[in-house]
Amino acid sequence: METLHSILPELIRIVICAIGGAVIVFGNALVMGYAERKLAGHIMLRPGPMEVGWHGILQLVVDGIKLMGKQLVVPKQADKPLYMLAPILAFAPVFAPLLLIPFSDKLQGFDIDVGMLVILAFASINVLAILIGGWSSNNKYSLFGAFRSVAQNVAYEIPMLISLLAVVFMTNTFSLREIAAAQSPVWFVLLQPLAFLIYIVAMVAETNRAPFDLPEAESELTAGFHTEYSGMSFSLFVLGEYANMFIVCSVATVFFLGGSSGIPLPYFEYTGALWFLLKVYALMFFLVWIRWTYPRTRFDQLMNFCWKYLIPFSLVNLLITVVVVKLI
Amino acid sequence: MKSYFSELFTGAWSLILGLKVTIKTMFTPIVTVQYPREKLEITPNYRGHIDLIKDAETGTHKCISCGSCQRECPSDCIVVVGEKREGVKGKVLTKFTLDFTKCSLCGACVEVCPTKALDYSNEYELAGDARSDFYFDILKRVEERK
Ligand code: SF4
Ligand code: SF4
Repeated sequence: METLHSILPELIRIVICAIGGAVIVFGNALVMGYAERKLAGHIMLRPGPMEVGWHGILQLVVDGIKLMGKQLVVPKQADKPLYMLAPILAFAPVFAPLLLIPFSDKLQGFDIDVGMLVILAFASINVLAILIGGWSSNNKYSLFGAFRSVAQNVAYEIPMLISLLAVVFMTNTFSLREIAAAQSPVWFVLLQPLAFLIYIVAMVAETNRAPFDLPEAESELTAGFHTEYSGMSFSLFVLGEYANMFIVCSVATVFFLGGSSGIPLPYFEYTGALWFLLKVYALMFFLVWIRWTYPRTRFDQLMNFCWKYLIPFSLVNLLITVVVVKLI
Repeated sequence: MKSYFSELFTGAWSLILGLKVTIKTMFTPIVTVQYPREKLEITPNYRGHIDLIKDAETGTHKCISCGSCQRECPSDCIVVVGEKREGVKGKVLTKFTLDFTKCSLCGACVEVCPTKALDYSNEYELAGDARSDFYFDILKRVEERK
């Protein structure tokens, strides 16, 4: 939005960015909520939602109204301020990363030098929200969910960071726009296939989705950390989860899939966003696909996989990248 | 060390196979029938509650009010009443009711009927919120059926 920058005063720009962020968060939740249920249905040989609107297309709208109409139940022994804070903390931080994502050459809220670090920092607030939510519910299932979430997220953040670091070493910058721009001839998924794979696995674990959905694990923990939440406070967790999916997929697109590059369209500085969204939603489809394919891992398997496979492999990958970059 | 890598590769391969299975299923046509709006043909072998058969020639049932079915029924759920009328040979059926709450669908009534007047119906949408919903007037049913 460099052109916008010169024309419009800063305040209007911020308002536009905030509205854009809200549209993305809610629009994405609507699209993904519907797509997830439809795809889950088809993977299980059933049609999914069919009743509200054509092929159930309005189902999520009705669900949203239902959730808004529900009573917010606070358990008697819960730590009330923390209990109310947790869903907000899960939901609010998703806006900041959205402002930093370069949807196309000119569609970007802000470009800052350390974009990648900021995104990852905001993404980790989600863990805190889950911990607070689980802890303050005063429910043993919630507490177990919260503990698992912390152990899992702390472990999986390491390979995630290291695999992204390999790309940073190749581009010499933390700025998302420059990283995306550095891939004009070849996408980094071809130069860094291992880092891409590791990132994808870590990304699934970071968003707490199946097969790594141990914090929720409905067959063991009822609903994990959000067992006690109802109505809007529950839906804030879900909105946060879908927005986080969008963010990690956007990061994967920026780092490995060439950002908004693609076949040129008219006004490519803006329409490049179409390619960007296409890549993001392709990755999201993959997330849904694996969610409905794999059974949930056991907790020790989850930890073993991270510490025995992902971290050593990402370290080796980083080492090789550094040596190659140095030599060339 | 060898098992470390072999486990990784067999594991990764099995994951890829799993993805193949689900993507294939995803594009398989769905056979779900949207029930209240779409209905399947019921097989003629289906044994619902009993019904009087409508005779195509006479346009009415073939029951002679002999009462065999009522006597044969182990659960006592059939009531048959017939009366003599002037100028009509045999008895005329005036009442034939079935208490389906007690019927065990044993089929004894169908077997015993001397004129083969009874048969199993294809009725399967049997939900009700009171006992009285399952006291069927079989005579009325056969008269109403086209
Ligand atoms: S099927 Fe058996 S139980 Fe039912 S009415 Fe006939 S004889 Fe009685
Ligand atoms: S046994 Fe047959 S003919 Fe006799 S009363 Fe029953 S239905 Fe009628």
